[in-house]
Formats: sequence, C-alpha cells, structure tokens
Amino acid sequence: MPERTATIASRSGLHARPAAIFAEAASEQPVEVTIAMPGAPADDALDAASILSLMTLGAAKGDVVVLRAEGDGADAALDSLVTLLETDLDAE
Amino acid sequence: MQNFQGVGVSPGRVIGTIRQMPKPVSEPPSGEQLAASTTAEDAVVGLKAAAQSVHDELKARADKASGDGKAVLEATALMAKDTMLLKSATKLINNNGSSAERAIWEAGASVSEMLHNLGGYMAERATDVLDVRARIVAELRGVPAPGIPASDTPFILVAEDLAPADTATLDPAIVTALVTSGGGPQSHTAIIARSLGLPAVVAARGVDEIPDGAEVFVDGAAGSLSLEPSEEQRAAALAWVENSATLAVFDGKGTTADGHLVPLLANVGGAKDAAAAAALGAQGVGLFRTEFCFLERDTEPTVLEQAAAYRGVFDAFPGKKVVLRTLDAGADKPLPFLTDATEPNPALGVRGYRTDFTTPGVLERQLEAIAIAADESEAEVWVMAPMISTPAEAARFASLCGAAGIKTPGVMVEVPSAALTSASVLRHVAFASLGTNDLTQYAMAADRQLGPLAELNTPWQPAVLRLVQLTVAGSAEEGNGKPVGVCGEAAADPALAVVLVGLGVSTLSMTARSLAAVGTVLKTVTLEQAQELARLALSAPDALDAKAWVRAKLPILEELGL
Repeated sequence: MPERTATIASRSGLHARPAAIFAEAASEQPVEVTIAMPGAPADDALDAASILSLMTLGAAKGDVVVLRAEGDGADAALDSLVTLLETDLDAE
Repeated sequence: MQNFQGVGVSPGRVIGTIRQMPKPVSEPPSGEQLAASTTAEDAVVGLKAAAQSVHDELKARADKASGDGKAVLEATALMAKDTMLLKSATKLINNNGSSAERAIWEAGASVSEMLHNLGGYMAERATDVLDVRARIVAELRGVPAPGIPASDTPFILVAEDLAPADTATLDPAIVTALVTSGGGPQSHTAIIARSLGLPAVVAARGVDEIPDGAEVFVDGAAGSLSLEPSEEQRAAALAWVENSATLAVFDGKGTTADGHLVPLLANVGGAKDAAAAAALGAQGVGLFRTEFCFLERDTEPTVLEQAAAYRGVFDAFPGKKVVLRTLDAGADKPLPFLTDATEPNPALGVRGYRTDFTTPGVLERQLEAIAIAADESEAEVWVMAPMISTPAEAARFASLCGAAGIKTPGVMVEVPSAALTSASVLRHVAFASLGTNDLTQYAMAADRQLGPLAELNTPWQPAVLRLVQLTVAGSAEEGNGKPVGVCGEAAADPALAVVLVGLGVSTLSMTARSLAAVGTVLKTVTLEQAQELARLALSAPDALDAKAWVRAKLPILEELGL
C-alpha cells in the first residue's frame, strides 16, 4: 500500500484550523486516506478526512505522521496531502 | 393589550416580531430502540441525511461569517459529517438496535469525553461536538435547531437566558432587542445587550409562551414587553430611532449643568474595544479587564506577550488615563493554570487578587509587563487589584506595584469590608474604584446570575448606595483627596450615574455605548441637585422606590426613552 511520512509544520499542530483544512482536503480525494503515528499498526490508522480523529491523534508541530491510501490516484492524493501537512497553515 | 413586566437592563424602544430561542434539545431516553416500522438501514440513511443537512446549514453560515467565528463554524460543520462520529453511531444502530437519535447522542458523548480528557484546545472543542450532536437530534426530530435562530429579517429574540457563547452568533443588525424570562440585571444577557447597545428586558416571566411572529413593543428602560402595540407605543418607537441617533454621540466632556467635571471613561477588554471607545469619545479607560489576554489559554502568557497586548489598549488613549485591573480570575472566569474549579463556593473563593495567595508570581509578572507597556506608551497608566478585602492587602499590592515601577496603584472596592474600611485601605494606595456588580452581589448575598434574585441584585439597593457613600467618606477621612470612581454597570444607568455623582464619586466608567446617554442626562442637573437625588435614594426603603423616586425627578429620562 502506498504510504508517505510527513512532518507537521503548522504552529498549532494538527488541530484547530489546520485540522479543518486538512480534513476537508482529505475528504476531497478520490481515495480513502488514513493517518497514523509512525510505528502504529496500519489497522489502527485513523480516517484522515475525520476532523475529530485528527484532533484525537494530537499531533503537534514537528511530529511525524504516516499517510496511507490505496487505489487509483493514491500516489497523487498522498503527495498533495503531504504538501499540505508540511505547510504552516496557521500562517495563512 | 397584554403586558409582561421584567427588569429593564438596556434602554431603547422598539417594535418588532418575536422569535423564540428554541429550548435546549432533550436527551433521547437511554436504551431508546428503533421504531418497529424502521429498519436499521433506513435509520442509518436518515441519520446521514440529517448530518448532511446540519453540515450544509453550518457551512452556509460559515461562508457568511468572518474571522474567528468563521473558523469555528467551519470546523463545527466538518464535525457534523465526521466519519468517526457517524461510524460509531451507525455501529450502535446496527448492533444494538438503538434509535438514530440515541445512537448519535451516545456517539457524541463518547467523542466529546475523549476530547475533554485530552485537555487544552481539544477540551474546548468538546462542547462543539455536543452542539453538533444536539443539532443532528433536532434535525431528526424535525424541531428547530438550538441556538439563536438563523434569519435574514430582523426580529426580537426571546429566550430563557443567553450564554456568553451566544454572543458569537448574535448579529445586532438582525436581532433588534433581547427579552429573557430568566437571568438578572447582571446576567450575561444584560452585559451582552449593553455592549451591543440593544434594548433588553430580563426576568420577564411568561414571555416564553408568546408565539413566534407575534408583534410586540419592547421598552428596555421601563423593562416591559407589550403585545399588540398601541399607537402611542408606535410613536414612541419612532421617536427612539431619532433619540438613539443623538444618544450615539458623546461630546467627550462629562460635566454637570454647573460645570462640575466628572470624566466619563470606558470599560474595555482589549485593543479593539479601546479603539472603539476612543472613537465614541471616552475620556479615558476606567476599567481595562486584562483577563481577556489570558482566557482560552492553558498556560500563562509571557511577559512580552502581555506587554504587547496592554500596549494595544494604552496606545488608543495617548495622554489620557487608562486604569488597568490586574488579573481577575476565578468564579465565573476560571483559568486552568490559576483557579481551582472544584471549590464549593467560587464567588467566595480564591479569585481576583486572592489567586496570588495560591499561585504567587503570576501577579508580579503581570505588573512587570504593565510597567514595560506603560513605559513605551503615552497613556497615564493606573493599576488596580480586584477583590481587595483588607488594608493589609492594599499595602502589599502597593508595594508590589512600587517594586515593578508602577506609580499609581489602586484597589477595586467590591468586597463590603473594603468599603467599610476605605479610609485605612486608601492610606496605602492612590485611588479606589467601586465595582458595583460584585459589591451588590456581596452586599446582598445574591448570586449575579440568578433570575429569581434579580430584585435583590441591583445597585439601586439603598444598602449598596450606602457602601458607595462610605467609601467616598473614607477618602475624605484619609485626607489626601484620593479619587473614588465607579466602574461597574451601575455607571451606565443614567439615573444611577447622577446619584453616584451626588454621592461624591469622581469618575464614571461604563460600556462605551452608554457614554452619550449618561453624558446627556448629567448635563441637565447641577451638583447640588445630584446631591439632593443621592439623599433621596439613600432614604428610600428599597431599590424599587429608590429608582422610582429618582427617575420621577429626572423627566428627561422619560422624554429620551432612557
């Protein structure tokens, strides 16, 4: 299954506004994308399009997360979401 | 013509149609099952449709909103169709045969608890999940969504009481007046109404039975609501439109008819308020509430962060007086790093200046930040501590101020003991400011937020006026002419403002929107007349008479609809 790692760049971490922006973007992808902390089993990965899941993940600025997706367009979806995570969304 | 009588808390006379604020959504009974006629599949489809429409409604409101409100609404909209929430509800429907209402209720509760346990920012979002859950249940039941009704046409809002959170969704261009069946004169509804300049009546029993769409006349000064407005009332509402235009402008000079100067100052909570107050002609700031720099924080802001926030307010009043109140946490303003939420009696607990007993250091760092900001600005900065009870506390606060390089330390007089010993208290500091909201609450032993105690909880109580008089007398006894001002909501009531001036109060500080009304009325009386009215109020047997007697001698109030 295609996967990518990304380092959270937003100052407030992956909650508040950055979580909303990221969840919205994930829900617009043609494939289902999951998010997890590195080392966590893939089965326990959370739905990246769920703002509540993102908030319970509690990823802070500088934390590394793993994104996974499968199917047509998975690679493109992952690449665009990684870019988003590595942007400081609080600055916008 | 049916009349409902309550307590007027913000003047204005308007005619409009009413909208009832929907009752809070009740909990679906525990163990509620799917109706026999409904399959689990249908229930899930229904739930998803309800969630989608709640999402769409919140999203549409977010699109129209701006700033912080927009961000919160956008995040809340996403929660409505969140897969984590819906999957957990779906599981309850499929596995337990729960009704859709009960399933989303329980799913929301567990997600909310999870966020709550994470603490900090997440904990604050826990209530958003509960709000979304209530909206979905309302949608499933086909009843109106909780909260202030969304509308494109103006209406008069009738509610049991408003919460601070409702302010965010209250659009003063749409809501033309507020009437509540509960709440008191110091309730959040009253404070919200005054800050927005909306006519408001609180504690008007029976108003929650008035049907939506009924045309009513509201008089925020008289504290009444009438069904089927008369021709006279229609004329009064029209006259108010004109009066309110003149009452919107303060000429920046508070004085009695005979030239006794009473500077009229503003109560502000931050730089934005301060700029607005300066534009409305405020002669300075009589109460700068610094909690707003601290609220919604899990940890104490740094000295430099604080200094920057204070500077924003100071800069709006170059060359003028800005009276800053040090952190007033506790009771209705808890702060996670400072106050204990489990106290049995928070209003009588560790709050205001007293947080320095349990968490020393925060106050000293705040004073350091104030001194930095004051040095960099041109405002004349005075600093006072809230909830001072004894001369010894005043002395200690003054020495902390001195050590930080603050020249003008003062105290708030809110605890009756401080009013009774004001001569001794004032020996240690340069000024006192009466916080009439808390002074009333403590003198009358009546919780500010409780509707049933509204009649006790008014600064018109002769006992409260006596405490004001004693505080002023204490300053005279002290002998150095140290000023005693008022910075509670009492100063915003034009009739009471005249009484306070008559009692010898030297400055009045209020929500900026009340400056013009207070200034206009003050100009119509001489100092001697104000003193006469003060004696009259003190001699009244109760608050209702005190107010009625004074108002009868100030015909301009009725003329202007104040």
